Amino acid sequence: MKKFNYHLVKDIKEAKKLSSPNSTFLAGGMTTIPSMKLGLGTYKDIIDIKGIKKLSGIKVSGKILKIGATTKHVEVANSKEVKKSIPSLAALAEGIGDPQVRNKGTIGGSIANNDPAADYPSACIALNASINTSNNRKIDSENFFRGLFETALKKGEIIESIEFEIPLKSNYQKFPNPASRYAIVGVYVSKYKSGTNVAVTGAKSCVYNDKDLSKALSNNFSSSAIDKVKISSSGMSSDIHASGNYRANMVKVFAKKAVEAC
Amino acid sequence: MKKVSLEVNGRKITKDIPDHTILSVLLRDILNLTGTHIGCDTSQCGACVVHIDGKSIKSCTTLAAEVNGSKVTTIEGLAKNGKMHPMQEAFKKMHGLQCGFCTPGMVMSAIDLLQNKKNPSDTEIRDWLEGNICRCTGYQNIVAAVKEAASKM
Ligand SMILES: Cc1cc2nc3c(=O)[nH]c(=O)nc-3n(C[C@H](O)[C@H](O)[C@H](O)COP(=O)(O)OP(=O)(O)OC[C@H]3O[C@@H](n4cnc5c(N)ncnc54)[C@H](O)[C@@H]3O)c2cc1C
Ligand code: FES
Ligand code: FES
Repeated sequence: MKKFNYHLVKDIKEAKKLSSPNSTFLAGGMTTIPSMKLGLGTYKDIIDIKGIKKLSGIKVSGKILKIGATTKHVEVANSKEVKKSIPSLAALAEGIGDPQVRNKGTIGGSIANNDPAADYPSACIALNASINTSNNRKIDSENFFRGLFETALKKGEIIESIEFEIPLKSNYQKFPNPASRYAIVGVYVSKYKSGTNVAVTGAKSCVYNDKDLSKALSNNFSSSAIDKVKISSSGMSSDIHASGNYRANMVKVFAKKAVEAC
Repeated sequence: MKKVSLEVNGRKITKDIPDHTILSVLLRDILNLTGTHIGCDTSQCGACVVHIDGKSIKSCTTLAAEVNGSKVTTIEGLAKNGKMHPMQEAFKKMHGLQCGFCTPGMVMSAIDLLQNKKNPSDTEIRDWLEGNICRCTGYQNIVAAVKEAASKM
């Protein structure tokens, strides 16, 4: 691995001051460290944000579940507040990777990275989440996830917390890659008074809200409503794990599973 | 350079190391604790699992500087007064290893499982060991070993 300077910062101000075109933030490191080893990223400065106290923690107030960016997957999976308010989110966290990945990986890191097969981005879209950043921005999920590994974050902007709107009911189902547990296809369904959201991850180059499925389920929240929806394979990823047609079909299969488990 | 202080297997150490030193490198190359293995070196195989303050993590994907001030336990720190840890005994008794390359990681990970769940089912053991790859055993005896250890611990 190439040399770099490691900085453990105490607050956002210090992190921002150190940030440059040649730096990156370090949370769980589960993505950053392997990609540095593989030569996919080289940095002069690594800014460890895990020491910033206000970035960690879980809190419910009213209809909002707020999770700090450096909160680890294991903490979300085991949290009484999350299990009570949005059980499907705790289950999602429990299904990420393996115990050692969950002991280090963070929600903020997962969202900032926006891997096309990551689980959390689908939760953000389905649960009307907003992403609070160090630039005093509150970004809607629909505007946050921009494309393959691309988000609305500006250079040096730090995710501070994620606010999820607590639904009436919700469920997440994925077809995990048997090696990594990343989603080959993952579907997050959540029902609100105002309507239902269906977010899909793993299928395309970026997480998305499937408007047709969302509309069908908003009109009639049942798995039979899904039968009538046509899912096109255009834009679906095709790789050694699954073809585009297969993924398109899996979106329906997993949407049904999620509705039935709601 | 960074000054890093750790308690490794009960022994306090302080070292000046380059900032980019990975924990597995510190353990193996600087502290000569070669029981922690490196398989994939990119957080897929689990051969490098150690405990930081009692919780299992992959040492190949952790900077030594990141865990400054922590307690590190490696496979070498499990035996007490020359007597193997019950998990090590169980792996031996149930033939939970063949070549032994994955074993240190398996044992460290399995101990963390029993800290979280006293009597795990076969499925729970297999789920937990998701991040530990074994090329030899077919896993059957590893699961049997973890069950055996659970009955003793
Ligand atoms: C073996 C393995 C299996 C995995 N399986 C899954 C899986 O099944 N499902 C899944 O969803 N994920 C999976 N992951 C990914 C895992 O969830 C990671 O935790 C996650 O992708 C990155 O989080 P991190 O905290 O480790 O981030 P890091 O690696 O520390 O950072 C990742 C990126 O995000 C940036 N960043 C981190 N925090 C912030 C912040 N607060 N604000 C702004 N930028 C930030 C960093 O600068 C960096 O660019 C897996 C990873 C591994 C190694
Ligand atoms: S060597 Fe660390 S996970 Fe393979
Ligand atoms: S015993 Fe050889 S890899 Fe597991």
